[in-house]
Amino acid sequence: MQQMAKHHDHGHGHDHDHGHEEHEQLKVLGFWIFVVTDCILFGSLFATYAVMMHSYAGGPTGKELFELPGIIASTFILLTSSFTSGLAVLAMNKGKVKELIAWLAVTAVLGLSFVVLEINEFTHLVHEGATIATSGFWSAFFTLVGTHGLHVSVGLFWMVALMIQLKRRGITPVTRRKVTNLSLYWHFLDVVWIFLFTVVYLMGVM
Amino acid sequence: MTQHENHGDHHNHGSLKSYVIGFILSIVLTIIPLVLVMNQMMSKTATLITIMVMAVLQFVIQLFFFMHIREGEKPRYNVQTLILGLVIVLTIVLGSIWIMTFNKY
Repeated sequence: MQQMAKHHDHGHGHDHDHGHEEHEQLKVLGFWIFVVTDCILFGSLFATYAVMMHSYAGGPTGKELFELPGIIASTFILLTSSFTSGLAVLAMNKGKVKELIAWLAVTAVLGLSFVVLEINEFTHLVHEGATIATSGFWSAFFTLVGTHGLHVSVGLFWMVALMIQLKRRGITPVTRRKVTNLSLYWHFLDVVWIFLFTVVYLMGVM
Repeated sequence: MTQHENHGDHHNHGSLKSYVIGFILSIVLTIIPLVLVMNQMMSKTATLITIMVMAVLQFVIQLFFFMHIREGEKPRYNVQTLILGLVIVLTIVLGSIWIMTFNKY
């Protein structure tokens, strides 16, 4: 299939666009498969966390140290950013480059505030004496939450790069595919956070 | 390929309406478990089950309203991949929890 699409690319006449689009569609499916395998990564980390949930080794517990207000704020920030990345896709479908870049910028600012809140939370936890080496629970916690935060941070760099590319090249089949993939990735990170929020924080303070 | 689909206009991924509905439902499904946990309105087991159900519901809502899982081309390789992925994730998570209960003494 990929061979075919490539062949189309070097083909001639009106076949060109069609083959190109098909190739981009295939890349979206490829990216989706990456997202699903990333789910499996998070699944393993969630499994580790579930097993380590009560292994405090005499150290502080989640219930003692979690501060729900900050967590609630980051939850709504990430949820809103998932929504605004959807609005970016809508603007793209209408062919409005400026609106698209603006919504991506809003999404990036929200994503950045999420990361800042998370760094604050981690600093607070370390000051309270809960580091990654404190106990099985905190190892699992920092690995799980940190991996998610890392994903968001990587997404931010990607978003900024894409905004620059959109400004230079406008909406082409290639940038269209990239925006589609980025918004898929962003929705996926929000979904992971829903489970993080429920399993780690809500169950943690219960 | 897409031209032959009668309902598969892939340039038209969702509408503003579907995003707004998805967003509102997600907010509601975030606030309900929050209120339940913070006010301790139910027994522990009941709360656990309810908040997990809410999380799964919100996942489904994001899949349909934000990720437009229904709008893919047929055959829906994306849905097939997702189902396989979910089976693997559930096996890892539930299997780990189950096997480690034998480790408690």
